[in-house]
Amino acid sequence: MVRKYVLNGRSYETAQTVAAAVFLLPTIVTMIFLFVLPVIQVITMSFTNWNLATGVRNYIGLKNFEYLFTDKTFGKAIVNTFTYSAFKLSLDLVLSLFIAVLLDSYIPLKRMLRTIYFAPVVVPIVASSLIWIWFYDPGIGPFNQILTFFGLPKLQWLYHENTALLSIGLFSVWKGLGYNIVLFLAGLQNIPDSYMEAAYIDGANSKQAFFRVKLPLLSPIASFVIMMGIINSFKVFTEINVMTPGGGPLNSTMLLVVYVYQQAFTNGRMGRGSAAALILFAIVFILTVLQKNISRKTVHYE
Amino acid sequence: MKRKLKRYNIPAFIFLAAGSALMLFPFVWMVLSAFKTPADVYAYPPKWIPSSFKFDNFNEVFNKIPFWRYYANSIFTSVCQTFLQIFISVTAAYALAKLKFPGSGKVFAFIQSSMFIPAVVTMIPLFVVVSSLKLVDTYAGIILPQISGAFTTILIYSFFVSVPNELLDAAKIDGCGYYSMLSRIMLPNATTAISTAMLFAFLSHWRSYTWPLIVTNKTELRTLPIGLKYLVQETSSEYQLMMAASLMAIIPILIVYIFTEKQFVRSLTLTGLKA
Repeated sequence: MVRKYVLNGRSYETAQTVAAAVFLLPTIVTMIFLFVLPVIQVITMSFTNWNLATGVRNYIGLKNFEYLFTDKTFGKAIVNTFTYSAFKLSLDLVLSLFIAVLLDSYIPLKRMLRTIYFAPVVVPIVASSLIWIWFYDPGIGPFNQILTFFGLPKLQWLYHENTALLSIGLFSVWKGLGYNIVLFLAGLQNIPDSYMEAAYIDGANSKQAFFRVKLPLLSPIASFVIMMGIINSFKVFTEINVMTPGGGPLNSTMLLVVYVYQQAFTNGRMGRGSAAALILFAIVFILTVLQKNISRKTVHYE
Repeated sequence: MKRKLKRYNIPAFIFLAAGSALMLFPFVWMVLSAFKTPADVYAYPPKWIPSSFKFDNFNEVFNKIPFWRYYANSIFTSVCQTFLQIFISVTAAYALAKLKFPGSGKVFAFIQSSMFIPAVVTMIPLFVVVSSLKLVDTYAGIILPQISGAFTTILIYSFFVSVPNELLDAAKIDGCGYYSMLSRIMLPNATTAISTAMLFAFLSHWRSYTWPLIVTNKTELRTLPIGLKYLVQETSSEYQLMMAASLMAIIPILIVYIFTEKQFVRSLTLTGLKA
């Protein structure tokens, strides 16, 4: 005889519910300690002037937020974050879509090529950053040696405020390209051949078939790639911390996460850091909601 | 209708091959440069091929930094994190996919919502808790805050759902309980999913940077990425040493990737999320 109970008009087996509770316990515990409590705590900390160096910790209301909205470096961090994602995404999107379309055609060594394009995604960012630090060396870096070879002026790359963020962006494109290629490729391979054949029967040339049939069918992936790209640029930290520690010349590579890290862990300003982290969270949250809505409205389904 | 013969698209291949050479260039540069002497590094015009293939740079890396200690730290923390994360994910995925209980939809949404919280938001409070528990510069401090796995839970869940209920019913009739059902029915039927999830978890822990950076001060506790980061300061532009160290850090991961490429790429596209 199986014991049962009824809740909201549905019947459940007692033993099964107990088993489910046992199996879910580890997840619930980690979720509470690693997400729920920290999120509550970061909110309460953002209203304090907690300073790790002096040990001071008082409630100061919205002063941290007032500080951030007048802080030039914070403003720069927000502008830099959007500049970075605009540069990285536009280059990334065009290249990854183009390469994915080529990879989708009938070519030899297809799998090997895909493996190569994806390889930089897999390698630890620190290790590949070390290679690129050398590439960007103004004296003996290969990039400047190539520029010199073509008679062009040398650049300071990571060491000048005008080129530092661009250098980080170029690295990010190389590092992340394979990921978007794989996403687009999966999308292209999901388009049934019959769609293209139908387009050809209707008299479309290959250009028309691509722009009128294939590209619209890829729009859900494209919108996903764009929004995830923007959201991910609010998470970029490793390559900046390795290649331009401290936020680069004149804060030129100061992105939002770097700002939070510096306030909290370099300056010991836990309150300010928390407030900045919350603003970052709010921006990412709005973007995530936007992404969901945009992909619901503008996307072409079959 | 005229049927096209299947012929290789040669221009596409040439373009892709050239592009893949560019993508590989940094790795080729690293491998060659790991053997270069300081004179090779500063030579102009640039020297592509090192003047000799000696392992001096590697030995110098071992002299300068406790490289194998970093390696062992990385392996130990990543393995522990992967094991804990997969344990948590598998149990939750089983309950959500195959057990009937009130509020399962809400629990699922709760787990899913954690994926939208950027790590930087929880980083400061987690550091405060870890340091008040005196866990800074300990393995527990590195490992425990990084074991939650919404991504792996959902990945395993999506495979568990497709295990036929008839199998479970048959096992039930044979006297199998809910606990042994997981080990006897679910796990053997979802080995691909679980190995994919393990691979994914391991690689993301192996790459993990920000948290170990915050929570370690002592050299002995550094993981490989943190050790590599400090190598930049400790060697001051001795690029040949940086390349030798990077090469040793990258090789195992590249080998794993090449052998599990299909699985790895599939796991990424399946849920469409980035580590």
